[in-house]
Amino acid sequence: MPRRQFLGVLGALGAAAAAPAAAQFRVEISGVGATQVPVVVGDFRGEAAGSVRLAAIVRADLERSGLFRALPADQPLDESSNINLAEWRGRGADAVVGGSVSRLADGRFDVRFRLWDAVRNEQLLGQSKVVLPEDLRLAAHRVADEVHEKLTGERGVNATRIAYVVRTGRRFTLHVTDADGEGGQVALASPESIISPAWAPNGRQLAYVSFETQKAVVWVQDLSTGARRRVAAFRGSNSAPAWSPDGTRLAVTLSQDGPSQLYTLPAEGGTPVRLTRSDSIDTEAVYAPDGRSIYFVSDRGGGPQIYRVPASGGAVQRITFDGSYNVSPAISPDGTLLAYVTRRDGAFKLMTLELGGGSPLSLTDTRHDESPSFAPNGRLLLYATRLQGSDVLMTTTLDGRIKTRLVSSGADMREPAWGPYSR
Amino acid sequence: MKQHTRWTRLLATPLAALMLVLAGCETTQLDEPTAAPVESRKPVAGTAGAAGGTPGAAAAGTPQSQVATVDLAGQGAAGAAARAAAPSQRIVYFDFDSFAIKNEFNAMLDGHARALAASRDKRMVVEGHTDERGSREYNLALGQKRAEAVVRSLALLGAGEQQLEAVSFGEERPAVPGSDEEAWSRNRRAELKDR
Repeated sequence: MPRRQFLGVLGALGAAAAAPAAAQFRVEISGVGATQVPVVVGDFRGEAAGSVRLAAIVRADLERSGLFRALPADQPLDESSNINLAEWRGRGADAVVGGSVSRLADGRFDVRFRLWDAVRNEQLLGQSKVVLPEDLRLAAHRVADEVHEKLTGERGVNATRIAYVVRTGRRFTLHVTDADGEGGQVALASPESIISPAWAPNGRQLAYVSFETQKAVVWVQDLSTGARRRVAAFRGSNSAPAWSPDGTRLAVTLSQDGPSQLYTLPAEGGTPVRLTRSDSIDTEAVYAPDGRSIYFVSDRGGGPQIYRVPASGGAVQRITFDGSYNVSPAISPDGTLLAYVTRRDGAFKLMTLELGGGSPLSLTDTRHDESPSFAPNGRLLLYATRLQGSDVLMTTTLDGRIKTRLVSSGADMREPAWGPYSR
Repeated sequence: MKQHTRWTRLLATPLAALMLVLAGCETTQLDEPTAAPVESRKPVAGTAGAAGGTPGAAAAGTPQSQVATVDLAGQGAAGAAARAAAPSQRIVYFDFDSFAIKNEFNAMLDGHARALAASRDKRMVVEGHTDERGSREYNLALGQKRAEAVVRSLALLGAGEQQLEAVSFGEERPAVPGSDEEAWSRNRRAELKDR
């Protein structure tokens, strides 16, 4: 049976309820992926009584991946429904999600759901998640991740978190939110700029650069307690923190010996060990996922280009050759792909480059792209750019076809960093 | 029908099922669907056991989503006042992508160097700045290079190295707002500040 026909039916089915989901999440999808699995996600029974719209979160999560078309149900549906899968199949659904949420006597919530395969006419998942009220959004993201994994075989990233900086007038706030940009909490508020947040591999700490002492100093902050410590506050500027994959060391840029150079030091603070020796700028270090090498930016060849050096020091190898300005490297979790920003005709463009040998690929049609970071499953890139005069955060699939804009309150958003799996 | 074969094949993967079980201790598998209500939920203490986390690491009753806020408001007033008070004859302007100190600033730098040489307990911080274009971290390093150039110049003119510190604000603290060459040229600068 031609798939096109099913999708046509679903288009009509989904049109009615697409508007509220878009209004809540502002998931703006531009571009169309090759194939998207149609999944019906019914509103969870009981969710209307609370403030968290679980099913809308699940639908938006699934769509952001670029792998699904997520549609609401036009009839009541929950995990105990005697579901007629043949009927859903006839209406174009490949899979169906039904669930409920109920408040327990101790104040926690029980989130239950089932995932059915409408094609093979069988149940794929049935789960109950008991969570505190503050973790209801997290529970919805975990439902989306489990549906994502069951249907694609790959781990979803919706239950992860991102960090970014918002500037409102002269106030700077470091935000930690769910991967969809919602559920935001403020980790640090300051009258001075904050840049370069970097997640510890355990997902519980952030390193960042704060100018609160009238110079650039690297801090590490525990997210759940707010406890923070200065890890690099040497003479000159201290910036660009990057965690080693085992979480024991930080690579930083220091100017204590003159030019901005790369150093590593213990994550709890300590004596820096100089990694690079040049008369040029060396900065923006990032560890390869195996921890054995460090990618960084240097202008030793004239303009800024991306280089690689062994993490213990040694011979430096140039990585980028196209263009005169290549900065802000990010390495995919499998270590094979470099994302970076290039300057071309006065515009700053998000690019990727296969490290095994390949040509640079441009992913955007915007002109002020900055700060790329990979989702922990390596399937999406998060970056900052400018749209209609506002500084915004976007995600894109690696082929550049599906882009979503993360929530914006109108404030300038910048310096995004995608956190690891753990929370 | 490509994705059908793709994900039905994956359903057969025991690993996928195992990973779901490991994904969180708070999660309970429901029985196969029947008309009967689901009752397989086991008692759970707090929210221990985030995916990939250490079971029990989160205190019972602490939301996994919790982030504590640190607010530094109030610390910035002194800094703001100091910035406003900086006189314009303490600023060196730079060309695009350049660290070269133009001749027009030599007399001014000479004056500051003499003042520093005359009183060796005097301290000065030189702040480098860039325009807004490009990477924030790279701009921070560019601003540092400008500040270093001014510090070297002051030292050559007689100031003591120990009296001087070069720091950078990169593009974080523009002197004037705007996204045109007029604004950018006012923002590519190094400011000399007593402290």
